Amino acid sequence: MIIGHRKPLEEILQMVEPFDKIALIGCKGCVAVCAAGGEKEVGILASALRLARKKDGREIEIKEVTLERQCDPEYIEEIEGFVHDYQAVLSIACGVGVQYMAERYKEIPALPGLNTDFMGGSEEQGVWVEKCQGCGNCVLHLTGGICPITRCSKSLLNGPCGGSSGGMCEINPEIACGWQLIVDRLESLGLLEKVYEQIMPYKDWTTSRDGGPRKIVREDMRE
Amino acid sequence: MKTASRLEKILESGTFAVTSECGPPRGADPQVIREKGELLKGSVDAINVTDNQTSVVRMSSIAACVILKEMGFEPIVQMTTRDRNRIALQSDLLGAAALGMNNLLCLSGDHQSFGDHPTSKNVYDIDSIQLIQTVHRMREEGKFINGEEIKTPPKFFIGAAANPFADPFAIRVPRLAKKAAAGVDFVQTQCIYNMDKFREWMKGIVDRGLHEKVKILAGVTPMKSVGMARYMKKSVPGMDVPDEIIQRLKDAGKGNAAKEGVKMCVEQMQELREMEGVAGVHIMAIEWEEKVPEMVKDAGLLPRPEG
Amino acid sequence: MDYPPNVKIIRIPCTGKVDALYLLKALEDGVDGVYAAGCEEGDCHFLVGNIRAKKRVGYVKSILKDLGINPGRVEMYNMSAADGPRFVQVAREFTARIKALGPSPVKTGKGSEPTEEVPEHAPESEGGEAAKQEERPAGGEPAQPAA
Repeated sequence: MIIGHRKPLEEILQMVEPFDKIALIGCKGCVAVCAAGGEKEVGILASALRLARKKDGREIEIKEVTLERQCDPEYIEEIEGFVHDYQAVLSIACGVGVQYMAERYKEIPALPGLNTDFMGGSEEQGVWVEKCQGCGNCVLHLTGGICPITRCSKSLLNGPCGGSSGGMCEINPEIACGWQLIVDRLESLGLLEKVYEQIMPYKDWTTSRDGGPRKIVREDMRE
Repeated sequence: MKTASRLEKILESGTFAVTSECGPPRGADPQVIREKGELLKGSVDAINVTDNQTSVVRMSSIAACVILKEMGFEPIVQMTTRDRNRIALQSDLLGAAALGMNNLLCLSGDHQSFGDHPTSKNVYDIDSIQLIQTVHRMREEGKFINGEEIKTPPKFFIGAAANPFADPFAIRVPRLAKKAAAGVDFVQTQCIYNMDKFREWMKGIVDRGLHEKVKILAGVTPMKSVGMARYMKKSVPGMDVPDEIIQRLKDAGKGNAAKEGVKMCVEQMQELREMEGVAGVHIMAIEWEEKVPEMVKDAGLLPRPEG
Repeated sequence: MDYPPNVKIIRIPCTGKVDALYLLKALEDGVDGVYAAGCEEGDCHFLVGNIRAKKRVGYVKSILKDLGINPGRVEMYNMSAADGPRFVQVAREFTARIKALGPSPVKTGKGSEPTEEVPEHAPESEGGEAAKQEERPAGGEPAQPAA
């Protein structure tokens, strides 16, 4: 899923400063699972914003809504009925959702309530970690199911570098060395000798963000 | 001879080589490089110039190498894949060759989070092994990464770093084999303090015959103080400083640690010279370049061969 | 059992039910402070309800701090369900704290207040230790009031 976290309240308060009537729109997708932008977080953020405003003697009216998803025009449409009564949309979906809001409701400012972080999953309750960078050309079958692009701090395809120490990455003793993980995994699969000494070729980054904004078209599904 | 490199010539002749390094200044004054170079005159066969080492902005390695070349030195250009994509890397390789550079050390580079611009973006379009491959292919096939012909291909004597002490230890020898397969000619190792572990690594290298394909220059750094030894042990990733080293510096007593550090380094060079497969030493006297001639002399490595 | 009349008790089955939003809403509705009173740590019938509550109270504190509202206006206390005197003591303690902080800026609209939490000074209760003992209720008061 896409992992995000709430922007600092101070930044959000600055963004909504010019407005007295906003729609705060959550998303029941990824950001609800990572407890950043679901129904509950909509309630907490709305309450916090009201508290901040009341404290300054200037109330704010907040419409609280959580959509099924914000990455799909059909759900964005659901707020058409009331959104025009508000001066701004504060979306706490990922960056995708905010952009859908901006595209659909051109005359209403769309404000991001979250910082969108990465593609990842839960490590434990309350801890999320990055697992994929969406490079568009997966090599996991060659690296023991552990992504060198994401899990190595330098995205080395032929790692590890000299900074791997006790299984940890030199940049942060809390980050596991991706290449230590790859080596361990290849070893447990009995593939280390066969695979490790093969030089991984230059990566074609055109399928990654470097090739410009990406698009997938499925003609068989198109109407 | 694959290149016009004096270092290659010395190593090929079987002479035990001595290289050292210069950290370029954080400013545009060429005099700093000249002064550092002056200290090393007659004591070393080639000098590395680091490429924004520890991700701190410094004078470009190529530029500082040109200054050393003008002084009659054989410079080793260091190049990291941290700051340049394959376009910039190849462009700089052409430029360095045009300026008369013969040696190139391929590195991935320290992560920018260590440096003076931690908010910057890194590149890592390719890694150090792929850079070795690139430089090798340019020399041997006269081709760019995209397969196109180069009119006048650069011909570098290709180096890389090797850290016998980093983890996972299981792939430390295979890793050198990988660099050898990519086309590396020589490696300079991380500073060695744990001689037992280094010997074990060297044995693995010799057992696979890798020392015949790749010249191994063993890295040494004299300890200036007990504090430096402790810091290296604790805070420098991939550094292995055994407690005996710290103890010996301590036992030397107050005011004598630096002298003892130099002595230990000299002994180490003598030991390395006798070790099978070791083709030379690489002295990294971090901001202590003035000690290099004394150490080289005491280790019995003078005079250096004439270019 | 005598505790300050300004403390309004909201019963919930376990402090594990205390949601950040409950605390925020209470403040929005104009209370000057709100605390969760849970069982002693390790004594939760649902194992970790009170530990979770403590973390949520901490989260709300961080929000209040960012908003310019004193985080001392929310608190987590632990007490045994049978310990009436402790309940009274906490109610007095918290009341004294809130009195010292003054009315909530959310009510007055007077802008941010200092967000440094004042260290707790347990106020001397009027009857002393003996009086408190006498106040111990036989049946036991609600043990998990939330506001």
